Amino acid sequence: MSRREPLVFEISGPGKKAFSLPPLDVPENRELLGSIQPREEIPGFPEISEPEVVRHFTRLSQTNFCVDTSFYPLGSCTMKYNPKVNEKVASLPGFLLSHPQAPVDLVQGNLELIKKLEELLCVVTGMSHFTLLPAAGAHGELTGMMIIRAALTRRGNPRKIVLIPDSAHGTNPSSAHICGYQVREIKSNEAGTIDLKDLERMMTEEVAALMVTNPNTLGIFEKDIHRVAEIVHDRGGLLYMDGANMNALIGKFRPGDHGVDVLHLNLHKTFATPHGGGGPGAGPVGVTSELEPFLPIPVIKREAGKLVLDENRPLSIGRVRSFYGNFLVVVKALAYILTLGAEGLKEVAEIAVLNANYIRKSLEGVYHLKYTSPSLHECVFSDKRQREKGVQNIDIAKRLIDYGLHPPTMSFPLIVHGALMIEPTETESKAELDAFIDAMLRIAREAEENPELLKKAPHRAYVRRLDETAAARNPVLRWKG
Amino acid sequence: MAYIPLSPADIEEMLRRIGVEKIDDLFGCLPEEIRWEGPLELPPPLTEPELVRYFEGLSAKNTYQQYASFLGAGAYQHFIPAVVDYLSSRGEFLTPYTPYQPEVSQGTLQIIFEYQTLICQLTGLDIANASLYEGATAAAEAVLMAERIKPRPRILVARSLHPQYRQVINTYIRNLQLELEEVAFDAESGRIDLDDLKKKISEDVAAFVFQSPNFFGAVEEPAEAVSLVHAKGGLAVAVIAEAVSLGLLPPPGSYGADIACGEGQSFGLPLSFGGPYLGFMACREEFLRQLPGRIAGQTKDAEGRTGYVLTLSTREQHIRREKATSNICTNQAWCALRAAIFLETLGPQGLREMAYQNLQKANYGLERLTSIPGVRRRFVGPIFNEFVVRLEKPVAEIGNKLIKSGLIAGYPLEKDYPELKDCLLVCITETHSKEIIDRLVQAVEEVFS
Repeated sequence: MSRREPLVFEISGPGKKAFSLPPLDVPENRELLGSIQPREEIPGFPEISEPEVVRHFTRLSQTNFCVDTSFYPLGSCTMKYNPKVNEKVASLPGFLLSHPQAPVDLVQGNLELIKKLEELLCVVTGMSHFTLLPAAGAHGELTGMMIIRAALTRRGNPRKIVLIPDSAHGTNPSSAHICGYQVREIKSNEAGTIDLKDLERMMTEEVAALMVTNPNTLGIFEKDIHRVAEIVHDRGGLLYMDGANMNALIGKFRPGDHGVDVLHLNLHKTFATPHGGGGPGAGPVGVTSELEPFLPIPVIKREAGKLVLDENRPLSIGRVRSFYGNFLVVVKALAYILTLGAEGLKEVAEIAVLNANYIRKSLEGVYHLKYTSPSLHECVFSDKRQREKGVQNIDIAKRLIDYGLHPPTMSFPLIVHGALMIEPTETESKAELDAFIDAMLRIAREAEENPELLKKAPHRAYVRRLDETAAARNPVLRWKG
Repeated sequence: MAYIPLSPADIEEMLRRIGVEKIDDLFGCLPEEIRWEGPLELPPPLTEPELVRYFEGLSAKNTYQQYASFLGAGAYQHFIPAVVDYLSSRGEFLTPYTPYQPEVSQGTLQIIFEYQTLICQLTGLDIANASLYEGATAAAEAVLMAERIKPRPRILVARSLHPQYRQVINTYIRNLQLELEEVAFDAESGRIDLDDLKKKISEDVAAFVFQSPNFFGAVEEPAEAVSLVHAKGGLAVAVIAEAVSLGLLPPPGSYGADIACGEGQSFGLPLSFGGPYLGFMACREEFLRQLPGRIAGQTKDAEGRTGYVLTLSTREQHIRREKATSNICTNQAWCALRAAIFLETLGPQGLREMAYQNLQKANYGLERLTSIPGVRRRFVGPIFNEFVVRLEKPVAEIGNKLIKSGLIAGYPLEKDYPELKDCLLVCITETHSKEIIDRLVQAVEEVFS
């Protein structure tokens, strides 16, 4: 793949077209817009034929790494295999063609499906109620924090501060901020978990909630979660759990049984819906029964033998998006749970943890491991040793591309300088894991012997290393001709 | 289990390498007293044929698709060319993550860059982001963005903005010490009531948010409203809930909008009971640093070849944390891909023709329906593909009768607009043949005769 696929605008030619509608079958009236001048042209808009459309997008697709072709150990993203039957059932006409404003009597199948997934997610997590409305994990965080704020306001004081561990994903502080809260960081201890003493000190009557990711972004289980919940609750706060990493825990730990008041899940991670190159995802939010009145509208409920929409909920935080969430993502996640069942889900957690530990064990000693507490679904190495030769995590990552492998996550956790966060998931064979391990070991040797090779990587990709600094310094964000 | 490619022998060997006896030993970090020991009470697992049958059953419980429907109100039935489904279902598009590693994501990134360009061309604005969740949250993000640019305490929204969009804006700002106020619609035209806007606009208004075509289908001529807002130093936010209209109607940039945002579902996304859809946003270049969400930009590789990366991430949560322009991370990239395929397939002529047929057919339907005694046009002035009719019999009663004839006549406005309780919002697109429109007209005629 050496030829660059041009931009569509560069292959456009006036008069080419790929689509026609049947002739207008109603009498034409040219006076319909009154004084409004219809636009005669859309400057620069591309004109191409159908074969060109197909080649353009097919060729572009071939430059992407994806789960269907490659090992994709992007930590905290849970890039597991996306079952194909789920795509098939999500494209059934009853789902695909139904209008979100349809009278509820005509879409009972959809409502039953949503209700069903809400109930099964309660079983999996131990939460009392779920809303499937949020469109992504961060949207779930925002919804969850709004619920917490509404509940505390109802108790008399919304409070001012949200505590977030320094290992957290960046969306946590951002979501809390949009909810009107100030964010205070809690330091991790040497084990990589929340420092209980620090929490005791910081958990004042001004603190609304603690947002905790469990297992955290180091792949370490917050084993004191019970005690954490007690401390937070004793001072009148609520406990939010970011469930982005639930893949490690399904069938093993139910957050709702252990003091978690609000939990969000990522259906596009744990529940195997495809990530689509950056969405659509879905970020369902589970709450305790105490917080149920604050759920966003609409809430689906049973009434006289059928499912109806309840929008008359005076304590609700309100509407967080239009209609019913990313419905087709919900269909796929339900299909996944129904396929796996209880044993299958537990096996997911077990094998995900086995695979991560296999990689950890195989690379330990070659790559530096800052936190040595046991790993669950992911392990976080750093470039500390390779940096002695001037090689950074990004160089290691780019070199992995030459081996046909997707790099791990590097942008967080911020508490590990030069992080390499590796999450293999449960859907990789031993051969794939071994190939990755082998590549990482070779790269470590290359870092010793020929650091320049890494710093200039990738050598065998569709493009060489791209200049991200230049892109930000002189932004070119659209084609201008 | 089918999705786990490890044999028992593999597992044994891996456990040996790790140095533990059984998988359970790896969960030693979960204190026993909090571990879930029992099986989850889930239904027994289904095989693929059983699963398909189960979902076919649920799909069949939806009867909506058996009706001829004239519903719009924020979600629109449009034709989707076969290439959109064909290309977007490729695993290379469906199964990658957000393109954090540009060297192995050039396809996704170049398509976002093309999509951003298409949105700029359609809206007549300078820059666009890579997508937001859907129309209502896009409008809410636009309000937050406007407030960052103009830190003022009041936000005005047109009452003719989609009711769910108004509700979502309200949810988003209620914890941020911002005051939300509605601007009435003109009782005759259904458009922005300029007198009311004049009364409410002031130097403490950060933004005025309006929709065109508005929720009633009326095409606004927003230039005057926009200059009223600008005269007080506020920002004009144009919401487009029916994106196909951009193929024919003047773009937001042409009437001075500072930010344009809305719902891109009409660009190649099936109705899907409301999602996944596509929030889009474009703005003037000077607001670049306040734009929320991902943005793709052009750059060069080490050999000087053109390539694409996610850029300006210092606006974003993973760098700026609580100071970010938005908390958004995962967006709707695959939906933006479908929009790009749709738009590049239709081209300017195809999109214009689609929009033009919407305009013609909706107006044909409007004229035919309002020729029936008992059915009156509620608002005067140009419409795009939706319009409001006032019925001289109770809307629910008419609706129920038409449903028996296999027709869903439209969206009753009473729930959102008590002042329009006898009104119905009817949507007609290029997917409605003359025959179907005539069938609706005939059925309504029968109900009124």
